[in-house]
Amino acid sequence: MAEEVKKEVPQMFKVTIDNITVEVAPGTSILLAARKIGGDVTPPAMCFYSKLKGSGGKCRTCLVEVAAGSTADPRPMPKLVASCRTNVMDGMIVKSITSEKVLDARKGIVEFLLLNHPLDCPICDQAGECHLQDLSYEHGSEGTRYEFQRRLFEREDIGPYIQLHMTRCILCYRCTYVADQITNTRVHGILDRGEHAQISTYISKAIDNDFSGNMIDVCPVGALTDRTFRFKNRVWFLKPMDAHRDCDKCCGRVTLWNRGDEVFRVTARKDEWGEVEDAPDGKPGWICNTCRFDKKKTSDWIIEGPRKIKRHSVISAGHYVGTKKPHETIAEVMGGRHPKLLMDIHTVSEVNKNSVHLSAIEGPATAEVFNNGKGTVLPSPK
Amino acid sequence: MQPLTKKVKQLERKPMTLLERIYLPSIFKGMAITFSHIFKKVPTIRYPEEKRPFAKVFRGLQVLNRDEEGRERCTACGLCALACPAEAITMEAAERQRGEENLYREEKYAAKYEINMLRCIFCGLCEEACPKDAIYLSETFAPANYKRKGFIYGKEDLLIPDPLTQPEEYEKAKGERAPATH
Repeated sequence: MAEEVKKEVPQMFKVTIDNITVEVAPGTSILLAARKIGGDVTPPAMCFYSKLKGSGGKCRTCLVEVAAGSTADPRPMPKLVASCRTNVMDGMIVKSITSEKVLDARKGIVEFLLLNHPLDCPICDQAGECHLQDLSYEHGSEGTRYEFQRRLFEREDIGPYIQLHMTRCILCYRCTYVADQITNTRVHGILDRGEHAQISTYISKAIDNDFSGNMIDVCPVGALTDRTFRFKNRVWFLKPMDAHRDCDKCCGRVTLWNRGDEVFRVTARKDEWGEVEDAPDGKPGWICNTCRFDKKKTSDWIIEGPRKIKRHSVISAGHYVGTKKPHETIAEVMGGRHPKLLMDIHTVSEVNKNSVHLSAIEGPATAEVFNNGKGTVLPSPK
Repeated sequence: MQPLTKKVKQLERKPMTLLERIYLPSIFKGMAITFSHIFKKVPTIRYPEEKRPFAKVFRGLQVLNRDEEGRERCTACGLCALACPAEAITMEAAERQRGEENLYREEKYAAKYEINMLRCIFCGLCEEACPKDAIYLSETFAPANYKRKGFIYGKEDLLIPDPLTQPEEYEKAKGERAPATH
């Protein structure tokens, strides 16, 4: 643990993870040392969040094998250890993906995490950016051996902006750490124990803190989702754009998720580990609820450009960078006359009608929004 | 010069023989072939009255499926639109409200679902992508139309008839090789 490491130790610790040696400061956890190397070597983490103090140690996805404890005591550790909570020692040798035991353990952990997780990804708004989806895809097995009924909960509104689906929760506690450390008042927490443990608020007390929306960003699954974005669109059909605005409460650096010029969702910027990215000037990247939920107009923001999305992410599907549009020659050849358009799709199509502003409605769209006569004009964004 | 292929056939310009010059034997020979076809099996069919069976792998007009209780299976997850190489599918989702449980199977449903048949290439990738068994390609063609706008198929054109209220139409639309709904 961090307290046990003496602060005055000046030298850097040499640690070897999967035969790659890296030098880190004393007091660094194995997981963070592995993140310094990056790539496949880094153990996945569902509950650990480097920007939240005290997080980690709950989900066990980051288990690694320690083949040699340190130079002073080269005995291997008897069991797999949680790399997010185990600090490196000088000369430590860690096996992550090179260890058969670790890969097998990860498979088991994924099965455990999915025991009670409903496979409702087609409905879930988190699909496409869900860490549990990635984890089970990369490390899980196809089937489950669980034969009993999964936990059932009614979905719950935590305040006007956040939707809680307790069935999807994996009890990582990240959201409670956000409430404790980022907001000044925590009104939600884990109730009950063991099988019955659940995230809730007392008497469904609404969370109305300025930074409560960050719980949505830290949630690795779709348990906490944005109510203002609920069912509006799938993330991979939206254009992620880096944008910023002057905000007196937060850093104001966000990712806008646009469809055309309509802002469907605002989130914090996430780094390659799925964690909120700090601003270059060192300010924390958490964003306030005003930025997240109330500024749903492109004119509220200064757009910096399209966000870089990893190539293997589904969000990058159909997003092309640096494309060259073909040069239209017909008008030149025909003396300035443009070709006759036989059909404008927007006059026929019922989808994406200009009169329906999905981003302007507070909650999810209902049948009323679409069937309320043709050309319904909804209130324009605030 | 070296010929490019071996299929080159040299023509012979010999003078015709007597048998060739009287011409009639060749006529009878040709007519014999023509009339012999009267007694052979006809390869064509009388189309509108008669129809050929579709191949097992035939991919026709898309159908949006319902479950055995007549609820729409589609949850507007967008995987068909993502898989579609022609970008023919678009949709908009809505949340199921209380009292609509008999209409939609899941919490979320496609309020608008549209396939642009002018773009569709009937590749069947939407059917493969669907996690909810909600869309499949049936054994019918997209009918011809005089105008382009008649090819933008909305949900009302694509939805299969309700198995409870219109069982006959449902069976017909389902076709013969559809898997049993579960």
